[in-house]
Amino acid sequence: MNSPLLRLSGLTKAYPGVVANKDVSFDIARGEVHALLGENGAGKSTLVKTIYGLVKPDSGTMTLQGQPFQPPEPRAARAAGVAMVFQHFSLFDAMNVAENIALGMENPPPQREIAAQVRKVSDQYGLPLDPDRIVGELSAGERQRVEIIRCLLQDPKLLIMDEPTSVLTPQEVAILFETLRKLSSEGTAILYISHKLEEIRTLCDNATVLRLGEVVGECDPKTTSARDMAELMVGSKLHVPEKADKPAGDNVLTLQNLSAKAPHRFGTALKDITLEVRKGEVLGIGGVAGNGQDELVAALSGEIRVAPAMISYQGRAIGQMPPNARRKLGLLAAPEERMGHAAAPDMSLTENAVMTAMTRQRLTSRGFVHWGKARSFAEGVIKTFDVRTPGPANAARSLSGGNLQKFVIGREIMQAPDVLVVNQPTWGVDASAAAAIRQALLDLAAKGTAVIVISQDLDELMEISDRFAALNEGRLSAPRPAKGLTVEEIGLMLGGAHDMEVAHVDA
Amino acid sequence: MIALEKRAQPSRFWTFATPLLAVILTMICGGLLFAALGKNPFETIRTIFLDPLFSEFAWFYRPQLLIKGAPLVLIAIGLSFGFRAGIWNIGAEGQYIVGAICGAAVGLAFYPTESLIIFPLMIVAGALGGMLWAIIPGFLRVKFGTNEILVSLMLVYVAEQLLASMALGTLRNPDGMGFPGSRNLSQYPSAANLEIIQGSGMHWGVVAALIAVIFAYIALSRHVFGFHVRLAGQSPRAAKFAGVNPAALILICMGLSGALAGLAGLFEVAGPAGQISIDFNVGYGFTAIIVAFLGRLHPVGILLAGGLMALTYIGGEIAQSNLGLPLAAIQLMQGMLLFFLLAVDVLTNYRVRLRRGKPA
Repeated sequence: MNSPLLRLSGLTKAYPGVVANKDVSFDIARGEVHALLGENGAGKSTLVKTIYGLVKPDSGTMTLQGQPFQPPEPRAARAAGVAMVFQHFSLFDAMNVAENIALGMENPPPQREIAAQVRKVSDQYGLPLDPDRIVGELSAGERQRVEIIRCLLQDPKLLIMDEPTSVLTPQEVAILFETLRKLSSEGTAILYISHKLEEIRTLCDNATVLRLGEVVGECDPKTTSARDMAELMVGSKLHVPEKADKPAGDNVLTLQNLSAKAPHRFGTALKDITLEVRKGEVLGIGGVAGNGQDELVAALSGEIRVAPAMISYQGRAIGQMPPNARRKLGLLAAPEERMGHAAAPDMSLTENAVMTAMTRQRLTSRGFVHWGKARSFAEGVIKTFDVRTPGPANAARSLSGGNLQKFVIGREIMQAPDVLVVNQPTWGVDASAAAAIRQALLDLAAKGTAVIVISQDLDELMEISDRFAALNEGRLSAPRPAKGLTVEEIGLMLGGAHDMEVAHVDA
Repeated sequence: MIALEKRAQPSRFWTFATPLLAVILTMICGGLLFAALGKNPFETIRTIFLDPLFSEFAWFYRPQLLIKGAPLVLIAIGLSFGFRAGIWNIGAEGQYIVGAICGAAVGLAFYPTESLIIFPLMIVAGALGGMLWAIIPGFLRVKFGTNEILVSLMLVYVAEQLLASMALGTLRNPDGMGFPGSRNLSQYPSAANLEIIQGSGMHWGVVAALIAVIFAYIALSRHVFGFHVRLAGQSPRAAKFAGVNPAALILICMGLSGALAGLAGLFEVAGPAGQISIDFNVGYGFTAIIVAFLGRLHPVGILLAGGLMALTYIGGEIAQSNLGLPLAAIQLMQGMLLFFLLAVDVLTNYRVRLRRGKPA
């Protein structure tokens, strides 16, 4: 056990204009669960692609089990015992599980044999999966199991997992971790990429932290606090949002049996959503993507109209009001998709400011836009929310995702709403910017605004919410106080409590 | 290896330079084409682009520029709003015809009464006629989701049949000894769209086109309507989020472009053409589509593009009569202009890079 399974020494890879990896060296031992930590753009993906044979390093060497290892393509990496589960699955919806697995093999054995192997591996590792089911009917967690079993059938020595829990409910995460622990106890090393620090603390033995392509530290996640790891990742002191305790305010927004048809073929219908939102509270709404989040935001913003009485705002029935009338009343929203929905990519930031702020900020008179006023409003947003851009005349598409997100959220917050609905406020935003956005939302709530935060990041919701509710297939669970909610309770709320698969493994 | 790299921002330089580059490329390729036809390319290009303005007969051609250019600009301005919003009214030719028929019908109904009110009434009737003709595809799109490109285009052929029936039937000149065609409106002072300054080519349609350019410029750059039009064209979802009602926007854009096309038809029938006849329309409605894009859907650009297009029309006619160039060659050159414009358009949003070796 003295020689490591995989040793990386001095790996460097540069792309035009950016060094993705710079002199990266670390070891992975047999049976070790090794975390690779870093913000977006820190070079994690390039590094694992190098190991998996998708990227050729400019310099540096790798050794696998003492042998020089330089896979020219993924097939060679797989043959050497390296397997990878990608963040985005590559499965065919119309085929069953066994057929999908056969497609990834060099010389697939007959279907029946594969099915038998799948059953065996799935029993052995506590990954419930029926090889005859059509992939299109599987949940995200089950699809991931297909990918994992596909890897396990190759009997890998090193399993790379890229952000595996982003699509899973807490129960599914528990099942996954149990499997990974079992694999590691049998000697398979796991390289685990994530930015969810608590997960890494429970699962991993070792962590390597990357920042701007360089290794900036190694730590034992079991003994290092999440905060310390985050600061290592970001490279500066991290500001943790502070939440002040406050009494519940008056009811400002009421949803009464809100139902709406799915707006398009791949949408989700909203079913009987009943909810009361109070002044000054942060209501967190969790749920796996595609369970009605977009539709709920659209119904609140006015993009989807419903019967008037389904939504009432300070006693007024507003279900049929168009977006700008709602903005005038003080109900603002920021949708999830930044490019093309919350912002128009080819328009300047000034024009994007006019998009939603024209009513409340009085940027028009008799239909004419005051571009000077609009420009100073946009400049205000840029300054207050530290949006990195040369100026408001730049096109929205020239901003990075995180910067545009700050602009889009800031644009709504600066309009002093009475109710603000945000969907995935910190999606794709680096840790320090995410903390700033969360703090801004909390500050807004402290001033008396009701804030509805829809997110798939449970840690985020638990950090800032006063009450928590879960969306599942267009239905909303009854909100409960966020303080004291256990992970199991949240998981049951997210899964809709009726069709969960938790009993297979003693987690 | 040539690679295209997307620019973070559309290049301001190329936004203005691409139309010029397209014109130059058209001159070069057109010249090659004319050379292949056995004509002196330099002389032909000079005849088409310069003679209408600077030859010894320019006094005759210059007013023609206004007469040909005005309807093109007027129609293209209307179309540019829809095109910017992603609403494709291809049937301006039909709206132009129906506007002319409606306007002429109102004028002829008053014949031979003389009154100052008649011409304004004709203008209103022309605009309304074109507008209603354009609202048909708009309404069908909003209500039933039909494709406005197809419906508006097909209505052009309906309008042509309507024109023929009017010229041969309802509006035929009772004193015309059975010849097809209506009374000549230019000989009916109250209904005539006369030149404001004699011999200048400056008729009321030219004035209307200039006013339309100014209004369009203000609407697009300063008014919320123009902002919403641009937003809807770039990001329909963002427009909906910003509070734009897509159905209303379709009806307004269709109606507006139809009204301006109808106006162009009315000014043509009451002025340069003079009467409703079977061959009244000469394709202004279709050419205006080229003018709108050549002018980058920008009002000032459209004004310049309309002038350029009118120039190639008139220069083309001179080249036909003086140099014996076939009409098809001139139409080919006009087509080239749009083709090159669309082709070099890529430079606005992309940067051309020469790379060695194979791409990563």
